[in-house]
Amino acid sequence: MQRYLLKRLFHSVITILGITLIVFIITHLTGDPVNLLIHPEASQAERELFRKELGLDQPLYIQYFEFLKNAVQGDFGQSFRHQTPAFSLIMGALPATLELTIAAMLISIFTGVPVGIISSIKPRSYYDRFGMAFALLGQSMPVFWAGLMLILLFAVKLGMLPSHGRGGIEHIILPACTLGLFSTAAIARFTRSSMLDVLDSEYIKTARIKGLSEYKVVLKHALKNASIPVITMTSLQFGRMLSGAVITETIFSWPGVGRIAVLGIYSRDYPVVQAAVFVASVLFVAINLIVDILYAYLDPRIKYK
Amino acid sequence: MQKSHQIFKKLKGAPLWGLAILFLLIISAMFAELIAPHNPIDQDITQALRPPFWIEGGSLKHILGTDELGRDILSRIIFGARISLVLGFIAVALSGFIGTGIGLTSGYFGGRVDSVIMRVVDIQLSMPYILIALALIGALGPSLRNIIIVIGITSWVDYGRIVRGEVLSVKENDFVKLAKIAGCSTVRILSKHIFPNVVNSLIVLATLMLGRVIIFESALSFLGLGVQPPTPSWGIMLADGRQYLTYAWWLATFPGVAIMLVVLGTNLVGDWLRDLLDPRQRTALKGGGNLLWKKKS
Repeated sequence: MQRYLLKRLFHSVITILGITLIVFIITHLTGDPVNLLIHPEASQAERELFRKELGLDQPLYIQYFEFLKNAVQGDFGQSFRHQTPAFSLIMGALPATLELTIAAMLISIFTGVPVGIISSIKPRSYYDRFGMAFALLGQSMPVFWAGLMLILLFAVKLGMLPSHGRGGIEHIILPACTLGLFSTAAIARFTRSSMLDVLDSEYIKTARIKGLSEYKVVLKHALKNASIPVITMTSLQFGRMLSGAVITETIFSWPGVGRIAVLGIYSRDYPVVQAAVFVASVLFVAINLIVDILYAYLDPRIKYK
Repeated sequence: MQKSHQIFKKLKGAPLWGLAILFLLIISAMFAELIAPHNPIDQDITQALRPPFWIEGGSLKHILGTDELGRDILSRIIFGARISLVLGFIAVALSGFIGTGIGLTSGYFGGRVDSVIMRVVDIQLSMPYILIALALIGALGPSLRNIIIVIGITSWVDYGRIVRGEVLSVKENDFVKLAKIAGCSTVRILSKHIFPNVVNSLIVLATLMLGRVIIFESALSFLGLGVQPPTPSWGIMLADGRQYLTYAWWLATFPGVAIMLVVLGTNLVGDWLRDLLDPRQRTALKGGGNLLWKKKS
């Protein structure tokens, strides 16, 4: 057990190191960073001096170690556009992104799981067909289009909800539904198939023969056993949501990490992009690690190789 | 050999809607010039922002209306199918090629090679792929070639993982061991004995990935870092239509419907193929692969 945890932790550290390497490479793909930083009329001598100041005359691997040393301390340099440290800019936007992601997660769990359960109780019923058709549509819709259609319906036509910005509870409804749509559909389909597997098993038949009420059979015995794969799958959805948040935030002008990163890409503000990618990836690695550790405690059947 | 009636039996359960949508997509992409009623980039300001024909002010001349420059929406959608399909096919082929190669290597050789590759997979899966793709395209410049390259290198992971998993189980079979004893070269074992056993899963995955790649491309174009105007791409049409959402809803609605239908088509066909070719991985829609369209028996 302890060995497994240590190994998992070691893998996470390697993953984060790899992430810093890719983030580092991305900036160097853009060509000479000096061109982005210095005023366009700078002379050759000024450029050389500037290059030395930034350490850009060093070999690449030394530059990478410098970058790594700073990144670990949360220093990605100044944002070119805002003239503030890029890392604190991203950390300042993180609560907005987390708020949106958690709201979307709650929506998809609390609609996806019930829809999946009800579908599984009576497979091929009208309810099941309708639920699964809806789920299939939800999985086929591009996030940004779903967002535009929700704006069109609820903000433009009905005027019920604000179409952009962050504020009271009414501001989060549309973006959270948009971001949660795909996961709701995925969780509903997955819960259904997972429940169907369990409902088919011997111990559920035994429970029925024992004369337990249908309510108890489904919600206590079946759901408990069907929930483990659903939880794994849900934690994987979180990573998808961090990516989806990039687009959702852009559509709804939600002041989160994704929006800042996209604006950063438009204006070639690379410290901000680097900080955003780094923070989002580390968050994802951390969540996966926590889920894995929780499993190790909760489900002793899991074998650790 | 399969008898013909067996083939028909299998086709009986086929998702007709899914196949019909994909067929329509391919026809539109191939014969766009013949089908489209107008030139997709011809502007006519006098005809700007005409609504679809069933709404007051619209006419059958522009069935789905026109955009802010008077371009025919239906024609742009038909030509947009070409961009989506061509880009989708090339990107899927590229990422499938990279992923299969890496998956075969990783699964067959195992050991240190495998653990290094699996770490790379972990790294790629933990990064927000849209941001990476945007940053890469921002750095390389938005051209059709760069978009395909970026999609290729950001989505090989799915193929790599699936192929590796399959190879791990296939290589334990006796026929692989016997081939080794018989002195077959590694390349021959991989290509003649292992690869044919992985092809089915690859076909299923590639079908599902086609839909995802089409969404990916339209998302990039929507954010302004994909295909560049005036090329009629569904993502660009959506991005343009966004500004006119308040008084010309049809601009953003129809291209989105097109994307959704195509992705629905690939999902339906992909699920069906999985049931047909790959019984080990059952679909999420269990209890009938296409329970949506089949009559109650």
